[in-house]
Amino acid sequence: MKTKVALTGNEAVAQAMKQINPDVVAAYPITPQTEIVQIFSSFVANGEVDTEFVAVESEHSAMSAAIGAAAGGARAMTATSSQGLALMFEVVYIAASMRLPIVFPVVNRALSGPINIHCDHSDAMGLRDSGVIQIFSENAQEAYDNMIQAVRIAEHPDVRLPVMVNMDGFITSHAMDVLEVLDDETVKNFVGTYVPDDYLLDAQNPISMGNFDMYDFYFEHKRQQVEAMKAAKEIIKEVGREFAKISGREYGLIEAYKLDDADVAVVVLNSAAGTAKGVADELRTKGIKAGVLKPRVYRPFPQEEIREALKAVKAVAVMDRAETFSTCGGPMFADIRNTLYDLKNDIKVVNYIYGLGGRDLRLEHVQQVFEDLENIRKTGRVDETVKYLGLRE
Amino acid sequence: MATLKELSKVEERFVGGHRLCAGCGHGITVRMILNAAEGSNVVVGCATGCLEVASTIYPYTAWRCSFIHNAFENAGATISGVEAAYRALKKKGKVKEDFKFIAFGGDGGTYDIGLQSLSGAMERGHNIVYVCLDNEAYMNTGIQRSSATPTGADTTTSPAGKVIPGKQQPRKDLTAIMAAHNIPYVAQTAINNWQDVHKKAKKALEVEGPAFINVLSPCPRGWRYNTPDIVEITKLAVETRFWPLFEVENGKWKLNYKPKKYVPIEEFLKPQGRFRHLFKPGNEHLIKAIQEEIDSRWLALLERCGETPELPPR
Repeated sequence: MKTKVALTGNEAVAQAMKQINPDVVAAYPITPQTEIVQIFSSFVANGEVDTEFVAVESEHSAMSAAIGAAAGGARAMTATSSQGLALMFEVVYIAASMRLPIVFPVVNRALSGPINIHCDHSDAMGLRDSGVIQIFSENAQEAYDNMIQAVRIAEHPDVRLPVMVNMDGFITSHAMDVLEVLDDETVKNFVGTYVPDDYLLDAQNPISMGNFDMYDFYFEHKRQQVEAMKAAKEIIKEVGREFAKISGREYGLIEAYKLDDADVAVVVLNSAAGTAKGVADELRTKGIKAGVLKPRVYRPFPQEEIREALKAVKAVAVMDRAETFSTCGGPMFADIRNTLYDLKNDIKVVNYIYGLGGRDLRLEHVQQVFEDLENIRKTGRVDETVKYLGLRE
Repeated sequence: MATLKELSKVEERFVGGHRLCAGCGHGITVRMILNAAEGSNVVVGCATGCLEVASTIYPYTAWRCSFIHNAFENAGATISGVEAAYRALKKKGKVKEDFKFIAFGGDGGTYDIGLQSLSGAMERGHNIVYVCLDNEAYMNTGIQRSSATPTGADTTTSPAGKVIPGKQQPRKDLTAIMAAHNIPYVAQTAINNWQDVHKKAKKALEVEGPAFINVLSPCPRGWRYNTPDIVEITKLAVETRFWPLFEVENGKWKLNYKPKKYVPIEEFLKPQGRFRHLFKPGNEHLIKAIQEEIDSRWLALLERCGETPELPPR
């Protein structure tokens, strides 16, 4: 049974967590994620979930306790944003290398300094090389759907990796949205029961975890993580197809919006994809063949799918809501350009940094991007590879 | 109380093959603590440090019970997560057996970098025992000073130089800090007194809720004493009141051992290379200051324990 409800992104994610009913949640408050733990705490207090809630004293301890719980054989979760994710940095890598299927929403927020509480993707991008699966959500519906699918992806025997489910701070987390939620029983059946392979609380088979791993084995273990990431691509699609059966909404690694015949395309994550799609629709009425590519999964990086989707496009703008300070553009720009290099078809790829610290991305900004792309397409000339949108220079 | 002979027959859960140094206090302490958990399933958590790197070199392990190492500063949080998993899975009938949870951390991982994580775990009331293996410096990285390093000690980051004679600050009183958490059981013990260690480990494991034990665990490399003398050196730490044995049970402080006579601190300092510089002519005042620190801490402890605050007879 499906029900249409009006919820904020945070409420939708908390609702998904309630329906997943994890064994352990260890979390700490941070804006704009706080509501998730707050709402979830009330589920615990009212006996609506069976979860052991561990109200830790920091995000570092949140992930550390989640690691302990998952290693113990429990389905464990945490949630965070920005500085909290930065504080967790060390242990996120450990969770991935220990192959623990911890699912954690990250409500994307700019990193200090200067301190700022609003949306950008610098928090998630800081962990892009940590070995966790990163899924991005355009709106509350996707955040809800991604949370439920994340459990199945993380716990799949071929994967066994943490999954970070991203959504935009305030834009998605605090805005009321209409979405369709599934009934508890359907979610319960979909996520199933977590059956760990080896775990600390198996009295018959004690195990040592987190061992000291030297040059004779460390490298192979890292390689195994790569294999799990590779396997994850197929599993993510498989889970997406299964999810379609219960929800009517199918998910893959990317969303290709009007790319079949597109001349120009924008690549963008999370909520800004909605803005870009709206602009593309508008431009198409004016005869401009505009399209949008939204990577749903950023790690593992869906290189083949993106290459396939963009192969006939003449000019592409990658929009990054994060800086790398490499002076060569944002993080996703490097990935996309690298992906398109092998096509050897002279596709022009430019980069726009936008929305840092919650700066609004307006329709006219995206229109400007498409106009620039049209010029590049027509002239074959790129004046500036990396530009900043909506910035006072 | 079990006899030593009986305890020697308890099945070991920390076994040979580990690579701790000869004469290291950690192996002795760990075996004594796990001995007290006889008959229970145990999950051990461990902070990064000598114990972890020496006992779990992949693909080997010296642990016959479940063991988890996560990082340096999070043994408290990690074991609390395992304990939370246990409560959740027990409730759902997915784990049938009873388990005890013990975390080990060195003084660096406990007094310093792991203090917040430990404090959080204690405040939250998890049913865990945290054991600090206090060897009074960062030994695993090569003998750097920690907040557990005593006044005057020569370490690689508080070297005894021409101007500064070793560590200038007194030790942090971690055991008192843990007692201030108002948890059911806190104790300080030392391996020269196996009955004391055993009794305290038993109590810590039996109480409902968090327990903390601070164990003096000498390091022959860092302290620079004659390796076979580990028990002797520990005994001197207790006799000189450098490391008093006491416990705090449900808020009640109790002294567990009172030296019969006043043993001057020189007796403990002299056999150790880390204090050698203190015995150079002209440094008498430094030893005097250390003695004063010890005497005043002792009197304060006696007062807390409801004893007459007096020094042992000379």
